[in-house]
Amino acid sequence: MNPSAFTRIDPVTWRIEPRGTMRVPAIVFGDEELIRGMDDKVGEQAVNVASLSGIVRAAYAMPDAHWGYGFPIGGVAAFDPDEGGVVSAGGVGFDISCGVRTMIAGLRDRDVKAVQHELADALYRAIPAGVGSTGTLTLDEAEMDAMLDGGAEWAVERGLGERRDLTFIEENGHMRGARPDFVSKRARDRQRREMGTLGSGNHYLEVQSVAEIFDEGIARTFGLELDAAVVTIHCGSRGLGHQIGSEYLKDMASAAEESGIAIPDRELACAPIRSDIGQRYLGAMRAAINCALANREILGHLTRKVFRELFPQADLSLLFDVSHNTCKVETHVVDGKPRELYVHRKGATRALGPGHPDIPEVYRSVGQPVLIGGSMGTGSYVLAGMPTSEEKAFGSACHGAGRAMSRHAAARLWKGRKVVDDLAARGILVRSPSSRGVAEEAPGAYKDVGAVVLAAEEAGLARRVARLHPLICIKG
Amino acid sequence: MSGKPPAPAAEVGWELFPHDADTGVLGRGRTIEEAFEQAALALTAVVTSARVEAVSRVLVECERKSVELLLVDWLDAVIYEMSVRKMLFGRYSVMIEDGHLAGTLWGEPVDVERHAPACEPKGATLTALAVRQEPTGLWSARCVIDV
Repeated sequence: MNPSAFTRIDPVTWRIEPRGTMRVPAIVFGDEELIRGMDDKVGEQAVNVASLSGIVRAAYAMPDAHWGYGFPIGGVAAFDPDEGGVVSAGGVGFDISCGVRTMIAGLRDRDVKAVQHELADALYRAIPAGVGSTGTLTLDEAEMDAMLDGGAEWAVERGLGERRDLTFIEENGHMRGARPDFVSKRARDRQRREMGTLGSGNHYLEVQSVAEIFDEGIARTFGLELDAAVVTIHCGSRGLGHQIGSEYLKDMASAAEESGIAIPDRELACAPIRSDIGQRYLGAMRAAINCALANREILGHLTRKVFRELFPQADLSLLFDVSHNTCKVETHVVDGKPRELYVHRKGATRALGPGHPDIPEVYRSVGQPVLIGGSMGTGSYVLAGMPTSEEKAFGSACHGAGRAMSRHAAARLWKGRKVVDDLAARGILVRSPSSRGVAEEAPGAYKDVGAVVLAAEEAGLARRVARLHPLICIKG
Repeated sequence: MSGKPPAPAAEVGWELFPHDADTGVLGRGRTIEEAFEQAALALTAVVTSARVEAVSRVLVECERKSVELLLVDWLDAVIYEMSVRKMLFGRYSVMIEDGHLAGTLWGEPVDVERHAPACEPKGATLTALAVRQEPTGLWSARCVIDV
């Protein structure tokens, strides 16, 4: 994007003033280079979101924003039902509650390196990943309903996770207000054999080491030490969430066309929060959030089993589990008044500042852990919500590096085998069923995650706590 | 991407077009039906560059007033069958009458070794969605697939 199209508020905050049908400004966070690197579509989509009914304060795009469908990926927008606010399936995304969890292994990186190949192979065998893979569970209708209602708590009750984890999962592992009865048979069919599967594309399981600490105090509170080994899992609600997203996107588009609701672009398909379809989507979406929370809990359980075979002393404790494709009802202070808003985060992480009551007590004084996935070769970051997170973007931050080029372009530039060999030469072991899949996810296909998190910190969204360096990467 | 070059705009065929995070599929045909079949072949190419054998047949149906939303429904139906049957499809046949689509998919179970599937399509989106007759006289059907 051309920065001259924006009003520069500070070096990392860029604003498009309301014009035409816009009800509020659009605000994009990022340094000038990140802004220049963003597709023009990011600005266009943020402007379109700013035109939606009931939007409050501004339409935001995070420093990793890129062209999405309807909303930009990296988009945040809050809507007030009292002012005709809407809910949008495209504003949540197809992979509902896609997110990241990081577990602290209780090991040093040298422990991992001593058995790196063995551990990589064992994880690759234990974690179902890639197209066509299935989990070991098959859910009947009663269990499907229980899972959609119970989330990670359901997994724990079935012996597929540990109760101590629940405190460190958003919503304590159980999204309230789920309506399994609004989840279609087709969505259930897609999920029946997919519990405890990683998926493909940009989803991964990584064993990492803490390579750099930016804030000693917060790192200590989070239990992170230099050279400690951690495991990070990135995945979501699998086929169930994808099907719910697809169905409601089309239904909202049809309903908008039939009722004559004016939306700037059909792909922004949305419905009033206080409408039948809006309520059905919210109920189904919350069920999909529970599916994602249960799925990541099961993947954590499978990971623990592998580690315990190789390291009897290992005790993987959950640092945190965050989702980055959601719409949640939250209370935010706007113009001095608390208001109940429906906050869409699509490719954006909740980043609650210190003192927020929804943060686990042990972290409350320092802010919520914010987990940012990078690429296979460049590592990931742990951030913490800041006191300014709330006023900047409703307590939100970026979610990843953001793609620098399409899969198409990446597959033309790199060969998967060479990417795997080059990373192995740098001490990073990749296990994947697909060479082309690895090429499409090559480190060079992503933006500089370091620049993204630095911009997030400078913008007052979330502060850097630690950088994680990959040792093993399991890709679908 | 396909193991063969994209079809020129004046010919029946398919191609993939770039999108920041996802992938676009485009099919061209002498009829809307043929354009839909070609778009589905592009969808298969999003997943695999390998040949997919026509071992078994699956029938699907969808219905929409809007021909563009019908394309999204059709591609979503293919994605659904890929997902629940753990199959890939290499040949498609489509008939459309009064907003009702009857499709036939021929394919085989995913063979991870042979197909080396690159990624799993999540759903068809309304982004870059268009079904139209080109100046060449051919029909084109396109949209972005979330992967």
